Amino acid sequence: MENLLSVQNLTKRFGAVTANDNVDLDVRKGEIHCLFGENGAGKSTLSACLYGYYRADSGVIRFKGEIAELNSPADALRLGIGMVHQHFVLVTNFTVLENIIVGSPEVGMFLSKSAARRKVEDLCRRCGIQIDLDREIWELSVGEQQWVEILKALYFGAELLILDEPTAVLTPQQSDQLFAILDGMRRQGLSIILISHKLREVMQSDRVTILRKGRVVATVETSGTTAEAITALMVGHKVTKHVSDRSIEPGRDVLVVDRACALGEWGEDVLRDVTFSIASNEILGLAGVAGNGQKELFEVLMGVRTLSSGGFLLDGDAVAVPTSREMLDRGVGLVPDDRFREGLIPEFGTAENLVLGWQRKPEYRRGPFLDRRKLNALAERKIEEFRIVAASADLPVERLSGGNAQRVILAREFLHAGSLLLANQPTRGLDVAASEFVYEKILEKRAEGFAILLASEELDDLLRLCDRIAVIFKGRIVGIVRPEETTLLELGMMMAGDASNLDGHLNDLSSKALRQ
Amino acid sequence: MLELFQGPLFISILAAMVRIATPLLFSAMGELVTQRSGIWNISVEGTMLLGAVVAYVIASTTGSPWLALLVAVLACAALSLILSFVTIVLKSEQFIAGLALNLVASGLTLFWFQTYIIGRDPPKFAGFEAVEIPYLSDIPILGTVLFSQRLLTYVSFLLPIAVWFFLYRTRYGLEIRCVGENPKALDVKGLNVGRRQCLAIMFGSLMSGFGGAFLMLGYSDRFVPDLIAGRGWLVVVAIIAGNWMPFRVVAAIFIFALLEAIGIHAQVVGVSIPHHVFLVLPYVASLVLLAGLRSRTHQPVALGIPYRRE
Repeated sequence: MENLLSVQNLTKRFGAVTANDNVDLDVRKGEIHCLFGENGAGKSTLSACLYGYYRADSGVIRFKGEIAELNSPADALRLGIGMVHQHFVLVTNFTVLENIIVGSPEVGMFLSKSAARRKVEDLCRRCGIQIDLDREIWELSVGEQQWVEILKALYFGAELLILDEPTAVLTPQQSDQLFAILDGMRRQGLSIILISHKLREVMQSDRVTILRKGRVVATVETSGTTAEAITALMVGHKVTKHVSDRSIEPGRDVLVVDRACALGEWGEDVLRDVTFSIASNEILGLAGVAGNGQKELFEVLMGVRTLSSGGFLLDGDAVAVPTSREMLDRGVGLVPDDRFREGLIPEFGTAENLVLGWQRKPEYRRGPFLDRRKLNALAERKIEEFRIVAASADLPVERLSGGNAQRVILAREFLHAGSLLLANQPTRGLDVAASEFVYEKILEKRAEGFAILLASEELDDLLRLCDRIAVIFKGRIVGIVRPEETTLLELGMMMAGDASNLDGHLNDLSSKALRQ
Repeated sequence: MLELFQGPLFISILAAMVRIATPLLFSAMGELVTQRSGIWNISVEGTMLLGAVVAYVIASTTGSPWLALLVAVLACAALSLILSFVTIVLKSEQFIAGLALNLVASGLTLFWFQTYIIGRDPPKFAGFEAVEIPYLSDIPILGTVLFSQRLLTYVSFLLPIAVWFFLYRTRYGLEIRCVGENPKALDVKGLNVGRRQCLAIMFGSLMSGFGGAFLMLGYSDRFVPDLIAGRGWLVVVAIIAGNWMPFRVVAAIFIFALLEAIGIHAQVVGVSIPHHVFLVLPYVASLVLLAGLRSRTHQPVALGIPYRRE
């Protein structure tokens, strides 16, 4: 097969950091080629060079055999290289059609939409995409928004489509749909570069190029390899995946949430009759597509969002009007999903961030002042214990990597929390090794007797770590299941709000959990 | 109070409303296009003032109101390059840049006025005359209100339709709206965001200057430093009150103009409500509108946020 794209010796530096180091890459016509690697391995930088967002420092990019001068996304588009960004670049109050045609010279001065519509409908038919072109983006599901992004690139005549982590926000079913569409495009002779760190998706590609620390480790035919082999290549060594110790049985209820309801910014329901309980020595997983009320649930439990009705019990006491101060004092730990905005003060050093929220405690103070010496000693200890890579205890945490910043948060919450830990997406954006470190620490707390609420988009991780998994959809818990009695497919169906095919025993399970 | 809404007085109020609204319409339609491109240009007041000053100087030296209008508009377009440079190239805070332009414009005007006008016999100039449209101006009430105005007033009636057509029915309008909502969506297609915003700012300033010059040439016989008297701010308020939609902005402007017209006539008839109450009414009205529209805002999402590639 001929090469559509060929990259030779591409190098891209940012200051002292070499993001891509002499990278070689070939993409054949009509193949799905996966770029696989951990965060910071250089996948995104490479793709940004390919569609002209960054300019490579050295190296040659050939497209259809000719040297491509890529100085801007416009150059890439003109050649036929399209990009679908991880965070959608759509105008939410434009229609699907408007989003596709805006910026195209083809539509003429006075927007001849009917010709454009025919072209888009034709594209949809050929790739098997079903979408209403007159709906506005905000009315669409996340999956449908992804189709719009793909259509945008195809409308501009892309022959090579780069998809940057396209399934990060999709349910397993939507991701299957996406792959069906990609397969249709492949059969049309289009080439696809897929950036992913999900093995399930990597295995559906034709070939994989594995990147580590900016270098290409290997390019392999997917059919001739295994998921384990690819992972080992990506990390550079074998990774132990932690699993829950099932010999530890959950004990007494620590948190009981009873018909909790809450309203959003515009008075809409964001939590509807949320009911569940978490016992000591138990991890309750929370699965759901982003934006279905997870964040609001954590906010309610932390006392920063008021309940419109319902309530919850902590260690058997009803918490009447929860305030964040009260929850902190009662030993509730929180790992928020946006670590730099809500978990840390970026300009503060590790020492200060370690006592954030608990700075009033007498042991951190000398009279009305913070005891700097004590704080620094504490920071030194925690930096060692949690293996935080920080030059000093007062280096602003914004200068730390995501994984190290998360360790600062974990160190703080583990130091102060007493019985309940709320962790919202604690491994988001972390590489395999960093994620496993977080899980290891969480499992340690489970063994110590903590009740833990763990929300994650990584369903495989939830299945191996949790004692039970609650699925949230549109602010409602649609079911609570046990990992050993459920499959990825069932979880996916529930996340999409389809609880109809669930057996009665699932509902029995959740109600039994309530009675306990 | 009731006599305001009877007979000839009421017709006079309506005619005053149209007269007050016209310069505002020019400025507002320009500012609307600027804001739909994501730029909060709050220097309307200063730009209108500059337009008025330049128009006055040119009209009184050459005697041609049309030449005066042309030069005033060009001067304001040139002024807009400063704002474009500061907001698009340097990516500074748009409010502060606009505020600075306002202060510079009013400061320079005062300086010029003190130096060249005060204490002398201010030169006279010829402005625009009313053009009565044959037959139509004979229609009772409507004829006086709508068809015995200045030529440019008739143009101002067509302007909102043209701006609406541009924004919603042309390719460039779609692109301008796209820049205001999500500039990256256009950037990733390889189109220049800064150039479109620069042109939108220029169009806005040009129209603001047009409004200021028209205020000078159409309705005044001499220049006073507070000629604009907050009308530029009223335009900004009208955009917000009109929820960034062309015809609602027009409606807001006519409501503001009507309130002002009533205020003027109330003084004449001797209504006991102080004149200042009427001056405040447009702002109160827009506050009420804002509170009511909170959840259904059409404010461009990227309005006021400088666009940077990450």
